[in-house]
Amino acid sequence: MANIDATQRAKPMLDLKVLGPILALVVLVIVGASLNGNFLSAANITNVLSRSAFIGIIAVGMTFVIVAGGLDLSVGSMAAFIAGLMILVMNALLPALGPGWPLVMVGMLVAIAAGTLAGMVNGFLITTMRIEAFIVTLGTMGIYRSLVTWLADGGTLSLDFGMRSIIRPIYFDGVFGISWPIIVFALVAITGELVMRRAAFGRHAAAVGSNDQVARYSSVNVNRVRMLTYVFLGILVGVATIMYVPRLGSASSSTGVLWELEAIAAVIIGGTMLKGGFGRVWGTVIGVLILSLIDNILNLTDGVSPYLNGAIQGVIIVLAVILQRDKKAEG
Amino acid sequence: MTFTRLAAAAVMAAALAMPALAQDKKVIGVSIPAATHGWAGGMNFHAQEAINRLKTVYPQLEFVLATASDPAKQVNDIEDMVATRKINALVVLPFESEPLTSPVKAVADSGAWVTVVDRGLAIPGIEDLYVAGDNTGFGRVSGEYMVSAMPNGGKIVALRGIPTTIDNERVAGFEEAIKGSGIEIIDMEHGNWNRDDSFTVMQDFLSKHDKIDAVWASDDDMAIGVLAAIEQSGRKDIQFVLGGAGMKEMIAKVRDNDKMVPADVTYPPSMIATAIELTAVGMTSTAPVSGRFTIGSVLITPENAAEFYYPDSPF
Repeated sequence: MANIDATQRAKPMLDLKVLGPILALVVLVIVGASLNGNFLSAANITNVLSRSAFIGIIAVGMTFVIVAGGLDLSVGSMAAFIAGLMILVMNALLPALGPGWPLVMVGMLVAIAAGTLAGMVNGFLITTMRIEAFIVTLGTMGIYRSLVTWLADGGTLSLDFGMRSIIRPIYFDGVFGISWPIIVFALVAITGELVMRRAAFGRHAAAVGSNDQVARYSSVNVNRVRMLTYVFLGILVGVATIMYVPRLGSASSSTGVLWELEAIAAVIIGGTMLKGGFGRVWGTVIGVLILSLIDNILNLTDGVSPYLNGAIQGVIIVLAVILQRDKKAEG
Repeated sequence: MTFTRLAAAAVMAAALAMPALAQDKKVIGVSIPAATHGWAGGMNFHAQEAINRLKTVYPQLEFVLATASDPAKQVNDIEDMVATRKINALVVLPFESEPLTSPVKAVADSGAWVTVVDRGLAIPGIEDLYVAGDNTGFGRVSGEYMVSAMPNGGKIVALRGIPTTIDNERVAGFEEAIKGSGIEIIDMEHGNWNRDDSFTVMQDFLSKHDKIDAVWASDDDMAIGVLAAIEQSGRKDIQFVLGGAGMKEMIAKVRDNDKMVPADVTYPPSMIATAIELTAVGMTSTAPVSGRFTIGSVLITPENAAEFYYPDSPF
């Protein structure tokens, strides 16, 4: 294919490629505001942003995994398992440490450590054992889901009631009227964007995802980069869990169901290529917001049968991706 | 947790260790879905409890318990029970009606007694005994409580479960019961019997409606999400939340006179125990137990809450 031809065809698309997700978000905000007066109220915006934080924090990590040519289907089950573990450990140590912030810190450390370890397991199997990421994470997805069901004995793991009032502010409180999940999500997103754009790691991840042979000849340690993307994702799943547990103080086998697909959808809506090589963290953030806004708007409006919520989501996801289709999609 | 797991292992081990005795003993096979959510967890607990209890009451009976994580596994379980344990009776809570119908029919055709629990089979008349939950009745009892608690009517929002026949029957029963009472359902969305989903739906209901008098959460897991959303909003207009199923945490709230949770409606996972017990009676005595046994949904209030509180149950 002639180079000139390619650039000429790509050029008019370039604007939409950047603007596509932003446009979709703006349209959704206008639709929401015109349908319901409370849509732009501070309370509703706080609700939507806070609940986006779980998927959002995970999706930032997922962006790096996908950019490096990988995939992680295990994050939803992993979040459920870590939440269960965090609750069990805090309940077990409650008599020794007493209710208070030291115990909360222990819970947080458990979540981060478990996330790191889970990411390392995925990364080890994918890089060192050379098993397809899809298969490895499909396997660990089932493992973590079963483990949390087993830990909960089929029921629900609940945080001790005395601890709940102490840990609750992590989700519901904040500074300057901005709740903690929103602040953490923003910090993770900004750091992610900077690493993707400015740090060597971001460029290495894109190089590995684009062509791992070329990356290897360019003295990029391919396995190390891949491993690190999974470990970072695991850590971020731990961070998301730290935000999640304080909300309802419980975890069960229905925790985090389909989070992996929501996170992957957000990454793709944001303009990252599923086959790797290129990605943008800010796009992922917009993708996450689009997904939560659709849910929010459907709940705030009448007239659409709730049976059709999934269909509307599907249409909007496909539309958002069509808007930013580029020459590579045409083959 | 460990105890019930050990008990389960013991049941299995005992069942496997005594095949020689099976000749002069009658064997009852119990096939149920695995504990993948709260209600099913409770059901597993009550099945094991009932089996442990009945083994001492009826030494001439043996029990085989199998839990399946999907319909295909349940079909295999049942085939294995027939082939290797020669069961005289089968107690089955079908994962799904359609795929389980012909395997259970094969068991019935072989001459074994069949007890079906909760979900009916696709073809009626296969089972000897049907122990059924009453979903329409569940909705009706919930609706009648709403009417009695809000004699002057009011605006309520409702959360529905996963879109299924079960959910449709419950909602139909509820709507029928509140008809003409002045209670108006101003909004209804699916919370999928899930705490997180119901939390977000309730947050959005609170943004959307300036005044909500009460909430029919229709399920105790969903009620927990609803209560958290109301607490976060700080709103004082919601008088109470009505859940359902009979989760022990919610029953404890009813018992302790929590103003936001004044009542609950049962849809007891212990119906599996009723089925096993009736089957055991049928196997060991001349008392007739065939037919249909409907477990009514009961209103739990602070007066009778203690009777419905099972501290050891995971649900």
